[in-house]
Amino acid sequence: MNFDLTEDRQMLQDSLRRYLGDKYQIEHRNKVAYAEPFHDPAKWGELTELGALFALAPEDAGGMGGAGFDISVVFEELGRVLCPEPVLGALMASRLMTAAGADQEALLSGETRYAVGLGELDAPYDLSGLSTTVKDGKVSGRKSVVYGGQAADVFLIAAKDGDSLSVYEVQASDASVTGYAMMDGAGAAEVVLEDAPAKLLLADADAAIEDAVNAGVVALCSEAVGAMDVLHKMTVEYLGQRKQFGRPIGTFQVLQHRAVDMLTEIEQSRSIVIKAAAELGGPDATRYASMAKNLIGRAGRLVAEEAIQMHGGIAMTWEYPGSHYAKRIIMIDAQLGDTDYHLSRVAQVA
Amino acid sequence: MDLNFTPEEEAFRQEVRDFFAENLPDDIRDAVKNGGELTKEIMERYHAILNKKGWLATTWPKEFGGPGWGPVERHIFDEESCAAYAPRIVPFGLGMLGPVLQKFGSKEQQDYYLPRILNGDDWWCQGYSEPGAGSDLASLKTRAVKDGDEWVINGQKTWTTLGQHADWIFCLVRTDPDVKQQEGISFILVDMSTPGVEVRPIKLIEGGHEVNEVFFTDVRVPLKNLVGEENKGWTIAKYLLTHERTGIAGVGFSMLELEEVKALSKKIMRNGKPLAEDPLFAARVAQAEIDLEAMKLTNLRMLFTAQKNGSPGPETSILKIKGTVINQELKDLRRRALGPNAAPFPGSLSGSNLDVAPEGHANNAARYFNNRKTSIFGGSNEIQRNILTKTMLGL
Ligand SMILES: Cc1cc2nc3c(=O)[nH]c(=O)nc-3n(C[C@H](O)[C@H](O)[C@H](O)COP(=O)(O)OP(=O)(O)OC[C@H]3O[C@@H](n4cnc5c(N)ncnc54)[C@H](O)[C@@H]3O)c2cc1C
Repeated sequence: MNFDLTEDRQMLQDSLRRYLGDKYQIEHRNKVAYAEPFHDPAKWGELTELGALFALAPEDAGGMGGAGFDISVVFEELGRVLCPEPVLGALMASRLMTAAGADQEALLSGETRYAVGLGELDAPYDLSGLSTTVKDGKVSGRKSVVYGGQAADVFLIAAKDGDSLSVYEVQASDASVTGYAMMDGAGAAEVVLEDAPAKLLLADADAAIEDAVNAGVVALCSEAVGAMDVLHKMTVEYLGQRKQFGRPIGTFQVLQHRAVDMLTEIEQSRSIVIKAAAELGGPDATRYASMAKNLIGRAGRLVAEEAIQMHGGIAMTWEYPGSHYAKRIIMIDAQLGDTDYHLSRVAQVA
Repeated sequence: MDLNFTPEEEAFRQEVRDFFAENLPDDIRDAVKNGGELTKEIMERYHAILNKKGWLATTWPKEFGGPGWGPVERHIFDEESCAAYAPRIVPFGLGMLGPVLQKFGSKEQQDYYLPRILNGDDWWCQGYSEPGAGSDLASLKTRAVKDGDEWVINGQKTWTTLGQHADWIFCLVRTDPDVKQQEGISFILVDMSTPGVEVRPIKLIEGGHEVNEVFFTDVRVPLKNLVGEENKGWTIAKYLLTHERTGIAGVGFSMLELEEVKALSKKIMRNGKPLAEDPLFAARVAQAEIDLEAMKLTNLRMLFTAQKNGSPGPETSILKIKGTVINQELKDLRRRALGPNAAPFPGSLSGSNLDVAPEGHANNAARYFNNRKTSIFGGSNEIQRNILTKTMLGL
């Protein structure tokens, strides 16, 4: 047994941490995350030069990684700085393109930005109710809250094709894209397709989509662990500094114990993500991804709410970095299935 | 044991209900329902409507222009105003300073300030908290020094809610630094237009502007702006903290939230079925409803005690703790119901016809985050537990 990162992954983590710690400080992050185009195109270029995207795809697809642990390493680092770059879309698109055996050089180099349109207004999590359809190679429907959609060159769209799902490639210029900022920073878009010219990427794509979602879940959970870890440290530091009644508030036992409860939940989160990452791509991937997303949803809420509460008013401000961490951690629950959705999936596939 | 209101109380409820049905303007109702901005203009207009009816200063006795209600009437009024989607009355002048002046103010202060509060001439804000004095309010440092017939004030207040609209601020200031903390504090009224007063906005977690920092640099106010005795401000602060605590459970607001959540979960579709039919979501709503049902009664029981004893007891801290937790849970459900559609930044889709949430729900995430404040301000839930530990447990 060994829970250490391999040398390569350790190097990837180190270089990402150094780069992001340097280039994605919170002031800069907040500036780009809430103003069009809701990320920083220059930093996107630098990040991809560091190999962040190549780490997401396996070697035979032109990448240098692609395992659950590679994804974890990258997204935990993104989570630590609340990085608003549209990496999740790239990851999920890459999974689909790998399944299709498609060339993804332009994706992995960062040259072409991809977003994946799965969920719809009335079917945000469970894709059995999708209403996007295809006729004569043209796609019609509306994809809602497509993360990274505001900055995408190409969309991979899940559409109903008879009894199964297919994935179509649609150029952003052929779609009507309305981009906007998210509550927790970074961008998304409403993507409306009206007989949009489309290229079939994958037919009978249910399994490939499930894999892409599982990979996305591992990514989001890792991102949450990174963000929770930072927010917890910030909270503990604040408990040590902030004085009321002539003593650091961290000397009040009730706050000490709650900070410990946060730590316990973060450790549990880290463990379940390791498990989900290990199982990604295997036969039980869905079950463990769902376990992770459920646990992270619960732990995230506890960590975010307790962090705010134990800071007092200061964490209610935009200026205090902790508030942005809390927002991101809470909103992650609403991406790719919330804690209830994944609980029911675990119950079903047990 | 009798859980019914008296026929008189029921008649009063009907009267309040009719009043709101007839007099609450649609735009104000919509702003409340949709979580829109309650501008200064809206609040002043709303206050004027209540004032005309004599129902603005719900806690004031008749002699000062209030309706002279007891706790039960106030409770009924609160419930009905919530159910009508009326705004919460801005409390600083009406709920806080008014009662203080009535108990501690001079006749001259009462005659001058109270009518102005009722008529909406002055907008008040509360200057208690400081960067270094939150839960430990008695450690406040803003200094007031006597100079001739004036106080000279230096220091900083923070978290000043709606201070950007205010004409006046009531402050706790240190007038004697050499005695026990609580014994060197005074309660002073400051005209915000006095030179040396500077208001700076604080942006909140969800992006809104409702609180401010207020800086005082050699601010000179007349000696007669002192309320009560010099160095007796802490007594006033404590009086305010225990005054009118029966409304703090926010039961009316939570009842409304519950209805909103239920209606929303019937509208939101998940793969051809309403979210309300999702057993896990339905269980969350049921859980909140159970807690709220109990809270309604807990609230009424404490109300009854207050009515009987003439004043609410320390157990009202239970209302603050549980009331805020229930309301926060309901806000969580509102956001949760929308799933990813709660995520767009409020207003970021306005102007497009691509709404992602049913009307009135586009800012559900913002409301959830903003509402975290309720367990922090007005004595945090930890401080309320400390109070209960001492008063109810004797530990
Ligand atoms: C949106 C908003 C509006 C506000 N409006 C106003 C206003 O209009 N006027 C005004 O004067 N103030 C206002 N406040 C200030 C509010 O009253 C304070 O935030 C509150 O008193 C807590 O103080 P603090 O923020 O400094 O937190 P701190 O006192 O620093 O507390 C930090 C944490 O430590 C905990 N803690 C502190 N002491 C103890 C203890 N002894 N035992 C256990 N736990 C403890 C607290 O509960 C909290 O969790 C507002 C605050 C907010 C967030």
